[in-house]
Amino acid sequence: MDLISWKIGGEQGEGIDSTGDILATVCNRLGYYIYGYKHFSSRIKGGHTNYKIRISTKKVLSTSGDLQILVALDQDTIDLEYKELVPGGLIVADTKFKPHLPEGCEAALLPVPMTEMAKELGNLQVRNVIAVGVSAYLLGLPLQGFEDMVMEKFGKKKGMGEVNVQALRLGYEHAESLFSVYKDFRLAPGDGKARLLLIGNEAAALGALAGGCRVMTAYPITPASEIMQYLIPTFPQFGGIVVQCEDEIASITAAIGAGFGGARAMTATSGPGLSLMQEGIGLASMAEIPVVVINTQRGGPSTGMPTKQEQSDVFAMIFGGHGDSPRIVLTPSTTEEAFYDTALAFNLAERFQCPVLVATDLAISLNLTTVDNLDLSRIKIDRGQVANTEELLKMGRDVFKRYAVTESGVSPRSLPGQKYGQYLATGIEHSETGKVQENPDNRVNQMNKRFRKLQGLDVPGVHYNGAENPDILLVGFGSTTGAIDKVIDELTEDGVKAAHLHVRVMWPFPSKEIKAAIEKAKRVVVAENNAQAQLLRLIKMEVGHYDHVESLLKYNGNPFLPSDIMGKCREVLG
Amino acid sequence: MATTLAEFKTAEKSWWCPGCGDFGVLAAMQRALVEMDLNPEMVTIVAGIGCSGRIGNYINSYNFHTVHGRTLPTAMGVKLANRDLTVLAAGGDGDGLAIGMSHFMHMMRRNIDITYVLMDNHIYGLTKGQVSPASDPGFVTKSTPAGNIEHPVRPLELALAAGAGFVAQGFSSNLQQLAELIKQAVQHRGFSFVNAISPCVTFNKVNTYDFYKEGLTNVDEDPNYDATDRSRAFAKVVETESMITGLIYREERPSYEDLAAGFMKAPPVANQDLNLSPERFEKLLSKFR
Repeated sequence: MDLISWKIGGEQGEGIDSTGDILATVCNRLGYYIYGYKHFSSRIKGGHTNYKIRISTKKVLSTSGDLQILVALDQDTIDLEYKELVPGGLIVADTKFKPHLPEGCEAALLPVPMTEMAKELGNLQVRNVIAVGVSAYLLGLPLQGFEDMVMEKFGKKKGMGEVNVQALRLGYEHAESLFSVYKDFRLAPGDGKARLLLIGNEAAALGALAGGCRVMTAYPITPASEIMQYLIPTFPQFGGIVVQCEDEIASITAAIGAGFGGARAMTATSGPGLSLMQEGIGLASMAEIPVVVINTQRGGPSTGMPTKQEQSDVFAMIFGGHGDSPRIVLTPSTTEEAFYDTALAFNLAERFQCPVLVATDLAISLNLTTVDNLDLSRIKIDRGQVANTEELLKMGRDVFKRYAVTESGVSPRSLPGQKYGQYLATGIEHSETGKVQENPDNRVNQMNKRFRKLQGLDVPGVHYNGAENPDILLVGFGSTTGAIDKVIDELTEDGVKAAHLHVRVMWPFPSKEIKAAIEKAKRVVVAENNAQAQLLRLIKMEVGHYDHVESLLKYNGNPFLPSDIMGKCREVLG
Repeated sequence: MATTLAEFKTAEKSWWCPGCGDFGVLAAMQRALVEMDLNPEMVTIVAGIGCSGRIGNYINSYNFHTVHGRTLPTAMGVKLANRDLTVLAAGGDGDGLAIGMSHFMHMMRRNIDITYVLMDNHIYGLTKGQVSPASDPGFVTKSTPAGNIEHPVRPLELALAAGAGFVAQGFSSNLQQLAELIKQAVQHRGFSFVNAISPCVTFNKVNTYDFYKEGLTNVDEDPNYDATDRSRAFAKVVETESMITGLIYREERPSYEDLAAGFMKAPPVANQDLNLSPERFEKLLSKFR
């Protein structure tokens, strides 16, 4: 087979994540493409959790509603997950909990005495690795890569690598002797290319580093913390620093202070943190200081659903906070784009001297994906307009106009240390020289200047693929891209002219491109993970009302499955 | 060539009321900067919201007038970006002890090498006379018409408790001492705190110049006072109900920057070449293969 979905489920705290990571890493090294989706709750121990890994010879960018192999560490996992299994699907279950199939379940039950075998090996912790051994056999994968992997992972502790290798072999041999009839789910060989396997948060962190960011100030929050955690040991190797702050208000204002001081600086957060940062983001807009905020969207409002998928901060990112505050909002849709967009954000923040928000969502932030490459040569650092030190010296003091009204709206900024570049950066309305100034004409000139900058944004606002004049156009942003593309492929195979428009810059809104695409399409469906149809409302506000545009919303905490979107397409197409 | 006072002054007309204590704090700060022979472009002052927040407008350094209560994290950011800069934060008792209280506590234990001058007048002046967290019990203001029923915040006690390595209090009328304390604070490695008593002549008719002139004692003039003894410092502050000026406590210890891995070995972030070498980037990527 070219594509298999494998899932492990049990109680939170039973090593579900690390078991899944072993399988994913080994398969990635064998040249398969991985898409790993963790289902977890906001607690450390207890409660059902599962980790689904799609293993494919081709790129995969979404989760799915089907499953071939389920590894169950408890009966709950079987009862909750069996419906996903395809007919003839396999349930590998620990005999310890006396597994049984629910009525009507068409899967085959493959009992394995995992706990008993682990006991015999003298280490209960290797139970899950036995299941990996069984899985390796069922997937038709050679054991060598797994053995290398567990030696790497556990070998540092004396004897631990060896016992894990034994566990793998026990599982594999058990399956070989008892389950050899189950041949349906053997994978076609991978191409042997070891690509990158990482989550969106790691990609964003690497993007920040590559984009020249050297100061990060942040407060831990799900699902953003991995960005900070990756950079804490990494930044110092490159002359940078991460400070874990006392709250998100300190985080944003410290990042802005660092931007003022001449560093490329950022913070990363999620919904509740974004709310706290709004006043600071307004300050960066007003004082025209570059800063980057990564917002990993999760279920809101308030504490909402911290570990669940949502895309409901669109309004907050564009319009949050008081007053009229220009911002740029980028919406990467994949792990790669999280890397490139984050790097890009630092150029934009310095070129346009304003806050730039990089909006991922939980699925991008945390899902493990195979990426062909992250190409450093595509990243060119552009620090925007900085005042010339020599020219400042010639000017003498009190001459430099930090907030000069220019055609583009961008005025060269000076940096502390530059003689005669001294100015007052303030959140109060100010004159061209930075002095407090509430004169009505000055207010209008400065406000217009700040917003005029955004008109110069030269980044493609949308990504479009599929038919030119489609019968159906699907519109989305963020992590929905994989599920939408899957549906486009299926529709195209069925002879339907289908196309996909993905919004890549949420603000300034790419109205022109969206208008053209909507007007060329017979029917349009806007798919998004929020309850208020935030993207569709933006379209109505910025582009117009159209009778042939419909909304598809999913806000139950789970990402779209291709089947959700296909269902809506069938309904719309009649 | 030594810097002059003129280089640290701006042409901007002050908005403070005649007789405001903030004039003394401004003059002391300017004098300290001149005496340290700092170049104005190498100084950044981060000021808060309130009457005192305008202090930066009158000093010809780089200035950042941040949002209410956030002088300290903003100043930390500036220092992280360019540690060659002398970074001062200045703001009122409302800015620092009400809305900004948590940053005050955390910055002291974090020990970033910046100086915080709290311009303390026990009242909200810019909003025309409401009670401040530093106000005394019984104090009648627009928001406490029946008198303040809350216990006051004591910034010196808090600073000692939170682990500040440099704690001092000055009085805006004693320009020479205040300037000297600010100077020592800037020269101290790590976070330094100077509480600057700065009477409000318009809205505070209790904590007046005369009130302080009569009540304050100067520990700098006390040969028996030992500013390196933390428990003695604490006792002194409690005994006198903070009615003292001078260097109250000083402890030499490494700053945050000194302890942060590799930070002092690299050039200041603002001066770095930000381009990555492909080899080093590939090394990072190899961990994900």
